[in-house]
Amino acid sequence: MKNVFASKWGIIAVGVIIGIFASLLQFWGNPANMGICVACFLRDITGAIGMHRAPVVQYMRPEIIGFVLGSFAAAYAFKEFRPRSGSAPVVRFVLGALAMIGALVFLGCPWRALLRLSGGDWNAIPGLLGLAAGIWAGTGFLKKGYNLGATRKTYSAAGWIAPLIMAGFLVLMLLNPKISGEPQSGILFYSIEGPGSLHAPLLISLVIGLAIGFLAQKSRFCTMGALRDLILFKQGHLFTGIVSLAVAAFATNLLLHQFNPGFIEQPVAHTMHLWNFLGMALAGIAFTLAGGCPGRQLFLSGEGDGDAAIFVAGMFAGAAFAHNFGLASSGEGATPAGMIAVAVGFVACLLIGLTMREKIGGVSG
Amino acid sequence: MNKTVDARGLSCPQPVIITLDKIKKVEKGEIVILVDTDTARENVCRATEAQGWAVAEIQPDDDGYRITIRKEG
Repeated sequence: MKNVFASKWGIIAVGVIIGIFASLLQFWGNPANMGICVACFLRDITGAIGMHRAPVVQYMRPEIIGFVLGSFAAAYAFKEFRPRSGSAPVVRFVLGALAMIGALVFLGCPWRALLRLSGGDWNAIPGLLGLAAGIWAGTGFLKKGYNLGATRKTYSAAGWIAPLIMAGFLVLMLLNPKISGEPQSGILFYSIEGPGSLHAPLLISLVIGLAIGFLAQKSRFCTMGALRDLILFKQGHLFTGIVSLAVAAFATNLLLHQFNPGFIEQPVAHTMHLWNFLGMALAGIAFTLAGGCPGRQLFLSGEGDGDAAIFVAGMFAGAAFAHNFGLASSGEGATPAGMIAVAVGFVACLLIGLTMREKIGGVSG
Repeated sequence: MNKTVDARGLSCPQPVIITLDKIKKVEKGEIVILVDTDTARENVCRATEAQGWAVAEIQPDDDGYRITIRKEG
Protein backbone atom coordinates (compact mmCIF):
# COMPACT_ATOMS: atom_id res chain seq x y z
CA MET A 1 0.00 0.00 0.00
CA LYS A 2 2.89 2.37 0.73
CA ASN A 3 3.61 4.35 -2.42
CA VAL A 4 7.27 5.30 -2.42
CA PHE A 5 6.78 7.58 -5.44
CA ALA A 6 4.37 9.74 -3.45
CA SER A 7 6.82 10.13 -0.56
CA LYS A 8 8.87 13.27 -0.03
CA TRP A 9 11.92 11.82 -1.78
CA GLY A 10 9.72 10.21 -4.41
CA ILE A 11 8.28 13.49 -5.63
CA ILE A 12 11.71 15.14 -5.52
CA ALA A 13 13.21 12.31 -7.58
CA VAL A 14 10.41 12.55 -10.13
CA GLY A 15 10.90 16.33 -10.42
CA VAL A 16 14.65 15.85 -10.92
CA ILE A 17 14.10 13.18 -13.59
CA ILE A 18 11.60 15.34 -15.49
CA GLY A 19 13.93 18.37 -15.28
CA ILE A 20 16.98 16.49 -16.57
CA PHE A 21 15.14 14.79 -19.41
CA ALA A 22 13.27 17.94 -20.44
CA SER A 23 16.60 19.69 -20.81
CA LEU A 24 18.07 16.70 -22.64
CA LEU A 25 15.10 16.62 -25.02
CA GLN A 26 16.07 20.17 -26.01
CA PHE A 27 19.63 18.97 -26.54
CA TRP A 28 18.30 16.12 -28.68
CA GLY A 29 16.20 18.36 -30.88
CA ASN A 30 13.12 19.78 -29.16
CA PRO A 31 12.71 23.58 -29.33
CA ALA A 32 14.72 25.70 -26.89
CA ASN A 33 13.26 25.95 -23.37
CA MET A 34 10.54 23.60 -24.64
CA GLY A 35 11.86 20.16 -23.81
CA ILE A 36 8.38 19.46 -22.55
CA CYS A 37 5.45 21.83 -22.86
CA VAL A 38 2.10 20.16 -22.46
CA ALA A 39 0.15 23.09 -23.90
CA CYS A 40 2.54 23.69 -26.82
CA PHE A 41 2.73 20.00 -27.63
CA LEU A 42 -1.04 19.51 -27.56
CA ARG A 43 -1.21 22.55 -29.82
CA ASP A 44 1.34 20.97 -32.18
CA ILE A 45 -0.74 17.77 -32.30
CA THR A 46 -3.83 19.88 -33.05
CA GLY A 47 -1.88 21.26 -35.99
CA ALA A 48 -0.58 17.86 -37.06
CA ILE A 49 -4.14 16.64 -37.56
CA GLY A 50 -5.10 19.85 -39.34
CA MET A 51 -7.47 21.30 -36.75
CA HIS A 52 -5.45 24.49 -37.16
CA ARG A 53 -3.21 25.38 -40.06
CA ALA A 54 -0.49 27.50 -38.46
CA PRO A 55 2.37 26.04 -40.50
CA VAL A 56 5.08 26.52 -37.87
CA VAL A 57 3.41 24.54 -35.07
CA GLN A 58 2.37 21.20 -36.56
CA TYR A 59 3.90 18.00 -35.23
CA MET A 60 2.53 14.83 -33.67
CA ARG A 61 4.43 15.06 -30.37
CA PRO A 62 5.24 11.56 -29.08
CA GLU A 63 5.89 12.90 -25.57
CA ILE A 64 2.17 13.58 -25.11
CA ILE A 65 1.24 10.12 -26.39
CA GLY A 66 3.80 8.68 -23.96
CA PHE A 67 2.41 10.66 -21.03
CA VAL A 68 -1.04 9.12 -21.38
CA LEU A 69 0.13 5.61 -22.23
CA GLY A 70 2.79 5.64 -19.49
CA SER A 71 0.21 6.65 -16.93
CA PHE A 72 -2.15 3.99 -18.29
CA ALA A 73 0.57 1.35 -17.80
CA ALA A 74 1.34 2.52 -14.25
CA ALA A 75 -2.36 2.58 -13.35
CA TYR A 76 -2.79 -0.99 -14.55
CA ALA A 77 0.47 -2.23 -13.04
CA PHE A 78 -0.48 -0.91 -9.60
CA LYS A 79 -4.22 -1.62 -9.83
CA GLU A 80 -5.10 2.07 -9.81
CA PHE A 81 -7.01 2.11 -13.08
CA ARG A 82 -10.42 3.48 -12.12
CA PRO A 83 -12.72 4.31 -15.01
CA ARG A 84 -14.87 7.26 -13.95
CA SER A 85 -16.64 10.27 -15.45
CA GLY A 86 -19.63 12.55 -15.10
CA SER A 87 -18.35 15.52 -13.08
CA ALA A 88 -19.61 18.48 -15.14
CA PRO A 89 -17.89 17.47 -18.39
CA VAL A 90 -18.94 20.49 -20.45
CA VAL A 91 -17.52 22.83 -17.82
CA ARG A 92 -14.25 20.92 -17.93
CA PHE A 93 -14.21 21.20 -21.72
CA VAL A 94 -14.58 24.98 -21.52
CA LEU A 95 -11.93 25.23 -18.78
CA GLY A 96 -9.54 23.21 -20.96
CA ALA A 97 -10.10 25.54 -23.90
CA LEU A 98 -9.63 28.66 -21.74
CA ALA A 99 -6.51 27.25 -20.10
CA MET A 100 -5.03 26.58 -23.52
CA ILE A 101 -5.83 30.08 -24.78
CA GLY A 102 -4.24 31.63 -21.67
CA ALA A 103 -1.18 29.40 -22.02
CA LEU A 104 -0.77 30.35 -25.68
CA VAL A 105 -0.94 34.06 -24.87
CA PHE A 106 1.97 33.46 -22.48
CA LEU A 107 3.52 30.87 -24.83
CA GLY A 108 3.75 27.90 -22.54
CA CYS A 109 2.09 25.85 -19.84
CA PRO A 110 3.41 25.78 -16.25
CA TRP A 111 5.88 23.06 -17.23
CA ARG A 112 7.37 25.27 -19.89
CA ALA A 113 7.26 28.31 -17.61
CA LEU A 114 9.59 26.40 -15.26
CA LEU A 115 11.78 25.27 -18.16
CA ARG A 116 11.93 28.80 -19.55
CA LEU A 117 13.05 30.05 -16.14
CA SER A 118 15.68 27.33 -15.87
CA GLY A 119 16.94 28.29 -19.32
CA GLY A 120 17.38 31.92 -18.30
CA ASP A 121 14.28 33.36 -19.98
CA TRP A 122 13.29 35.94 -17.39
CA ASN A 123 9.99 36.59 -19.19
CA ALA A 124 8.89 33.42 -17.43
CA ILE A 125 8.91 35.31 -14.12
CA PRO A 126 5.81 37.43 -14.82
CA GLY A 127 4.25 34.25 -16.22
CA LEU A 128 4.91 32.28 -13.05
CA LEU A 129 3.70 35.19 -10.92
CA GLY A 130 0.54 35.23 -13.03
CA LEU A 131 0.17 31.48 -12.58
CA ALA A 132 0.42 31.89 -8.81
CA ALA A 133 -2.09 34.76 -8.89
CA GLY A 134 -4.52 32.71 -10.96
CA ILE A 135 -4.20 29.72 -8.65
CA TRP A 136 -4.64 31.99 -5.63
CA ALA A 137 -7.87 33.33 -7.18
CA GLY A 138 -8.97 29.77 -7.89
CA THR A 139 -8.41 28.73 -4.28
CA GLY A 140 -10.66 31.63 -3.28
CA PHE A 141 -13.48 29.92 -5.18
CA LEU A 142 -12.59 26.56 -3.62
CA LYS A 143 -12.77 28.05 -0.14
CA LYS A 144 -16.22 29.42 -0.92
CA GLY A 145 -17.46 25.96 -1.80
CA TYR A 146 -16.83 25.79 -5.55
CA ASN A 147 -16.79 22.25 -6.90
CA LEU A 148 -17.89 20.43 -10.01
CA GLY A 149 -19.65 17.63 -8.18
CA ALA A 150 -18.85 13.97 -7.82
CA THR A 151 -17.71 11.73 -10.62
CA ARG A 152 -19.13 8.25 -11.07
CA LYS A 153 -17.68 4.87 -11.82
CA THR A 154 -18.14 3.90 -15.43
CA TYR A 155 -17.30 1.09 -17.88
CA SER A 156 -13.69 0.01 -18.14
CA ALA A 157 -13.91 0.55 -21.89
CA ALA A 158 -14.79 4.21 -21.28
CA GLY A 159 -11.56 4.61 -19.34
CA TRP A 160 -9.67 3.12 -22.27
CA ILE A 161 -10.82 5.80 -24.72
CA ALA A 162 -8.16 8.44 -24.02
CA PRO A 163 -5.28 5.91 -24.08
CA LEU A 164 -6.69 4.37 -27.29
CA ILE A 165 -6.92 7.78 -28.96
CA MET A 166 -3.27 8.38 -28.08
CA ALA A 167 -2.32 4.92 -29.37
CA GLY A 168 -4.23 5.84 -32.54
CA PHE A 169 -2.19 9.02 -32.88
CA LEU A 170 0.99 6.94 -32.64
CA VAL A 171 -0.26 4.58 -35.34
CA LEU A 172 -1.11 7.58 -37.55
CA MET A 173 2.40 8.90 -37.04
CA LEU A 174 3.99 5.57 -37.93
CA LEU A 175 1.79 5.22 -41.03
CA ASN A 176 2.40 8.83 -42.10
CA PRO A 177 6.02 9.48 -41.10
CA LYS A 178 7.71 12.83 -41.50
CA ILE A 179 9.21 13.37 -44.95
CA SER A 180 12.10 15.82 -44.76
CA GLY A 181 11.19 19.16 -46.37
CA GLU A 182 7.55 18.19 -46.98
CA PRO A 183 4.75 19.98 -45.09
CA GLN A 184 2.46 16.98 -45.30
CA SER A 185 2.77 13.21 -45.15
CA GLY A 186 -0.45 11.40 -45.93
CA ILE A 187 -3.04 12.95 -43.64
CA LEU A 188 -0.62 14.47 -41.13
CA PHE A 189 0.90 17.93 -41.27
CA TYR A 190 4.54 18.52 -40.38
CA SER A 191 6.14 21.93 -39.89
CA ILE A 192 9.16 22.50 -42.09
CA GLU A 193 10.20 25.57 -40.11
CA GLY A 194 9.52 27.08 -36.69
CA PRO A 195 9.15 25.26 -33.38
CA GLY A 196 7.00 22.52 -34.92
CA SER A 197 9.95 21.48 -37.09
CA LEU A 198 12.22 21.04 -34.08
CA HIS A 199 11.96 17.70 -32.34
CA ALA A 200 13.98 14.93 -30.80
CA PRO A 201 13.95 11.54 -32.59
CA LEU A 202 10.54 9.85 -32.34
CA LEU A 203 11.72 6.89 -30.28
CA ILE A 204 13.57 9.03 -27.73
CA SER A 205 10.57 11.35 -27.32
CA LEU A 206 8.20 8.42 -26.94
CA VAL A 207 10.31 6.51 -24.42
CA ILE A 208 10.90 9.61 -22.27
CA GLY A 209 7.20 10.43 -22.48
CA LEU A 210 6.28 6.91 -21.38
CA ALA A 211 8.72 7.01 -18.46
CA ILE A 212 7.51 10.41 -17.28
CA GLY A 213 3.87 9.34 -17.66
CA PHE A 214 4.54 6.28 -15.54
CA LEU A 215 6.40 8.18 -12.80
CA ALA A 216 4.03 11.13 -12.77
CA GLN A 217 0.98 8.90 -12.40
CA LYS A 218 2.51 7.22 -9.37
CA SER A 219 3.85 10.42 -7.81
CA ARG A 220 0.74 12.56 -8.63
CA PHE A 221 3.11 15.23 -9.96
CA CYS A 222 1.14 18.43 -10.65
CA THR A 223 2.49 21.92 -11.28
CA MET A 224 -0.80 23.60 -10.40
CA GLY A 225 -1.36 21.42 -7.35
CA ALA A 226 2.11 22.41 -6.16
CA LEU A 227 1.10 26.05 -5.76
CA ARG A 228 -2.52 25.33 -4.83
CA ASP A 229 -1.61 23.07 -1.91
CA LEU A 230 0.93 25.60 -0.73
CA ILE A 231 -1.65 28.41 -0.81
CA LEU A 232 -4.66 26.43 0.38
CA PHE A 233 -3.16 24.01 2.92
CA LYS A 234 0.33 25.45 3.50
CA GLN A 235 1.55 22.06 2.32
CA GLY A 236 4.77 21.94 0.32
CA HIS A 237 4.78 18.31 -0.84
CA LEU A 238 4.04 18.83 -4.56
CA PHE A 239 5.91 22.15 -4.48
CA THR A 240 9.18 20.32 -3.79
CA GLY A 241 8.51 18.45 -7.05
CA ILE A 242 8.39 21.57 -9.22
CA VAL A 243 11.37 23.14 -7.45
CA SER A 244 13.35 19.95 -8.12
CA LEU A 245 12.28 20.07 -11.77
CA ALA A 246 13.46 23.67 -12.18
CA VAL A 247 16.76 23.13 -10.34
CA ALA A 248 17.57 19.92 -12.24
CA ALA A 249 16.71 21.52 -15.58
CA PHE A 250 18.84 24.56 -14.68
CA ALA A 251 21.85 22.38 -13.78
CA THR A 252 21.46 20.30 -16.94
CA ASN A 253 21.09 23.45 -19.05
CA LEU A 254 24.33 24.81 -17.56
CA LEU A 255 26.18 21.61 -18.42
CA LEU A 256 24.76 21.58 -21.96
CA HIS A 257 25.37 25.33 -22.51
CA GLN A 258 21.63 25.89 -22.84
CA PHE A 259 21.45 28.62 -20.19
CA ASN A 260 21.08 32.06 -21.80
CA PRO A 261 19.88 34.63 -19.26
CA GLY A 262 17.94 37.71 -20.32
CA PHE A 263 14.61 39.11 -21.43
CA ILE A 264 15.30 39.89 -25.07
CA GLU A 265 15.15 37.48 -28.01
CA GLN A 266 14.36 34.46 -25.93
CA PRO A 267 13.15 31.47 -27.96
CA VAL A 268 9.39 31.26 -28.53
CA ALA A 269 8.75 34.05 -26.02
CA HIS A 270 7.67 37.68 -25.95
CA THR A 271 8.44 40.55 -23.60
CA MET A 272 4.93 41.91 -22.90
CA HIS A 273 5.12 41.36 -19.16
CA LEU A 274 1.50 42.25 -18.48
CA TRP A 275 0.24 39.70 -21.01
CA ASN A 276 2.68 37.07 -19.86
CA PHE A 277 1.22 37.60 -16.40
CA LEU A 278 -2.44 37.72 -17.46
CA GLY A 279 -2.23 34.80 -19.91
CA MET A 280 -0.78 32.56 -17.27
CA ALA A 281 -3.20 33.90 -14.63
CA LEU A 282 -6.11 32.79 -16.83
CA ALA A 283 -4.52 29.37 -17.28
CA GLY A 284 -3.90 29.17 -13.53
CA ILE A 285 -7.54 29.82 -12.62
CA ALA A 286 -8.77 27.35 -15.22
CA PHE A 287 -6.38 24.62 -14.02
CA THR A 288 -7.42 25.22 -10.43
CA LEU A 289 -11.14 25.10 -11.24
CA ALA A 290 -10.53 21.86 -13.15
CA GLY A 291 -8.30 20.33 -10.46
CA GLY A 292 -5.04 19.82 -12.33
CA CYS A 293 -2.34 21.26 -14.57
CA PRO A 294 -2.35 20.11 -18.20
CA GLY A 295 0.20 17.39 -17.48
CA ARG A 296 -1.83 16.07 -14.59
CA GLN A 297 -4.95 16.05 -16.79
CA LEU A 298 -3.09 13.82 -19.25
CA PHE A 299 -1.95 11.46 -16.48
CA LEU A 300 -5.50 11.31 -15.07
CA SER A 301 -6.82 10.57 -18.58
CA GLY A 302 -4.46 7.61 -18.62
CA GLU A 303 -5.76 6.19 -15.34
CA GLY A 304 -9.38 6.22 -16.48
CA ASP A 305 -10.59 9.71 -15.57
CA GLY A 306 -12.99 10.63 -18.36
CA ASP A 307 -13.45 14.16 -17.01
CA ALA A 308 -9.74 14.83 -17.35
CA ALA A 309 -9.95 13.44 -20.90
CA ILE A 310 -12.69 15.98 -21.63
CA PHE A 311 -10.43 18.75 -20.30
CA VAL A 312 -7.74 17.56 -22.72
CA ALA A 313 -10.30 17.60 -25.55
CA GLY A 314 -11.05 21.18 -24.52
CA MET A 315 -7.35 21.97 -24.78
CA PHE A 316 -7.31 20.68 -28.36
CA ALA A 317 -10.31 22.88 -29.15
CA GLY A 318 -8.66 25.85 -27.41
CA ALA A 319 -5.51 25.35 -29.48
CA ALA A 320 -7.56 25.31 -32.66
CA PHE A 321 -9.38 28.51 -31.62
CA ALA A 322 -6.10 30.12 -30.58
CA HIS A 323 -4.47 29.64 -33.96
CA ASN A 324 -7.51 29.89 -36.24
CA PHE A 325 -8.60 33.17 -34.64
CA GLY A 326 -5.17 34.69 -34.08
CA LEU A 327 -5.34 34.54 -30.28
CA ALA A 328 -1.93 32.95 -29.75
CA SER A 329 1.01 35.25 -29.16
CA SER A 330 4.16 35.25 -31.26
CA GLY A 331 7.67 36.46 -30.59
CA GLU A 332 6.31 39.94 -31.34
CA GLY A 333 3.91 39.76 -28.41
CA ALA A 334 0.28 39.22 -27.59
CA THR A 335 -2.31 39.96 -30.28
CA PRO A 336 -5.33 42.28 -29.84
CA ALA A 337 -7.63 39.28 -30.33
CA GLY A 338 -5.64 37.34 -27.75
CA MET A 339 -6.07 40.15 -25.23
CA ILE A 340 -9.85 40.15 -25.77
CA ALA A 341 -9.92 36.36 -25.44
CA VAL A 342 -8.06 36.54 -22.11
CA ALA A 343 -10.59 39.09 -20.82
CA VAL A 344 -13.49 36.90 -21.95
CA GLY A 345 -11.77 33.93 -20.33
CA PHE A 346 -11.54 35.70 -16.98
CA VAL A 347 -15.27 36.52 -17.10
CA ALA A 348 -16.08 32.89 -17.95
CA CYS A 349 -13.92 31.57 -15.08
CA LEU A 350 -15.48 34.07 -12.70
CA LEU A 351 -18.98 32.91 -13.65
CA ILE A 352 -18.00 29.25 -13.35
CA GLY A 353 -16.31 29.83 -10.00
CA LEU A 354 -19.19 31.81 -8.56
CA THR A 355 -22.16 29.84 -9.84
CA MET A 356 -21.02 26.25 -9.34
CA ARG A 357 -21.24 25.69 -5.64
CA GLU A 358 -23.28 22.57 -5.34
CA LYS A 359 -23.40 21.63 -1.69
CA ILE A 360 -21.40 18.44 -1.35
CA GLY A 361 -23.23 16.16 1.03
CA GLY A 362 -20.29 14.10 2.23
CA VAL A 363 -20.30 15.06 5.85
CA SER A 364 -22.61 13.21 8.19
CA GLY A 365 -22.74 12.19 11.82
CA MET B 1 -18.68 8.96 18.70
CA ASN B 2 -18.07 7.97 15.08
CA LYS B 3 -17.96 10.61 12.37
CA THR B 4 -17.91 9.87 8.66
CA VAL B 5 -16.77 11.96 5.70
CA ASP B 6 -17.85 10.65 2.31
CA ALA B 7 -15.40 11.98 -0.25
CA ARG B 8 -16.07 9.33 -2.88
CA GLY B 9 -16.23 10.65 -6.42
CA LEU B 10 -14.75 14.00 -5.48
CA SER B 11 -11.67 15.20 -7.28
CA CYS B 12 -8.65 17.00 -5.93
CA PRO B 13 -8.59 18.91 -3.60
CA GLN B 14 -12.18 18.38 -2.40
CA PRO B 15 -11.52 15.27 -0.27
CA VAL B 16 -8.86 17.15 1.68
CA ILE B 17 -11.00 20.29 2.02
CA ILE B 18 -14.01 18.49 3.46
CA THR B 19 -11.84 16.32 5.70
CA LEU B 20 -10.08 19.36 7.15
CA ASP B 21 -13.48 21.02 7.66
CA LYS B 22 -14.57 17.99 9.63
CA ILE B 23 -11.37 17.96 11.68
CA LYS B 24 -11.97 21.58 12.66
CA LYS B 25 -15.47 20.75 13.86
CA VAL B 26 -14.65 17.50 15.63
CA GLU B 27 -11.30 18.53 17.15
CA LYS B 28 -10.55 15.08 18.60
CA GLY B 29 -11.68 11.46 18.62
CA GLU B 30 -12.16 9.29 15.57
CA ILE B 31 -13.21 10.14 12.01
CA VAL B 32 -13.83 7.77 9.11
CA ILE B 33 -13.17 9.08 5.60
CA LEU B 34 -14.39 7.25 2.50
CA VAL B 35 -12.41 7.86 -0.68
CA ASP B 36 -12.35 6.11 -4.05
CA THR B 37 -8.95 6.91 -5.52
CA ASP B 38 -5.42 6.22 -4.37
CA THR B 39 -4.54 9.87 -4.85
CA ALA B 40 -7.32 10.94 -2.50
CA ARG B 41 -6.21 8.31 0.03
CA GLU B 42 -2.64 9.61 0.01
CA ASN B 43 -3.68 13.25 0.10
CA VAL B 44 -6.12 12.76 2.96
CA CYS B 45 -3.54 10.81 5.00
CA ARG B 46 -0.83 13.40 4.35
CA ALA B 47 -3.10 16.32 5.26
CA THR B 48 -4.56 14.79 8.40
CA GLU B 49 -1.14 13.71 9.68
CA ALA B 50 0.04 17.29 9.19
CA GLN B 51 -2.85 18.33 11.47
CA GLY B 52 -1.66 16.03 14.25
CA TRP B 53 -4.11 13.21 13.58
CA ALA B 54 -2.89 9.62 13.34
CA VAL B 55 -4.03 7.37 10.52
CA ALA B 56 -5.26 4.38 12.51
CA GLU B 57 -6.45 2.13 9.75
CA ILE B 58 -6.88 1.98 5.97
CA GLN B 59 -9.22 -0.70 4.68
CA PRO B 60 -10.15 -1.47 1.07
CA ASP B 61 -13.87 -0.79 0.82
CA ASP B 62 -16.27 -0.90 -2.13
CA ASP B 63 -13.81 0.11 -4.89
CA GLY B 64 -12.12 2.56 -2.60
CA TYR B 65 -10.75 2.95 0.88
CA ARG B 66 -12.10 3.48 4.31
CA ILE B 67 -9.61 5.58 6.26
CA THR B 68 -9.89 5.83 10.03
CA ILE B 69 -8.05 8.71 11.65
CA ARG B 70 -7.74 9.33 15.35
CA LYS B 71 -6.61 12.04 17.71
CA GLU B 72 -6.53 11.59 21.45
CA GLY B 73 -7.79 14.42 23.60
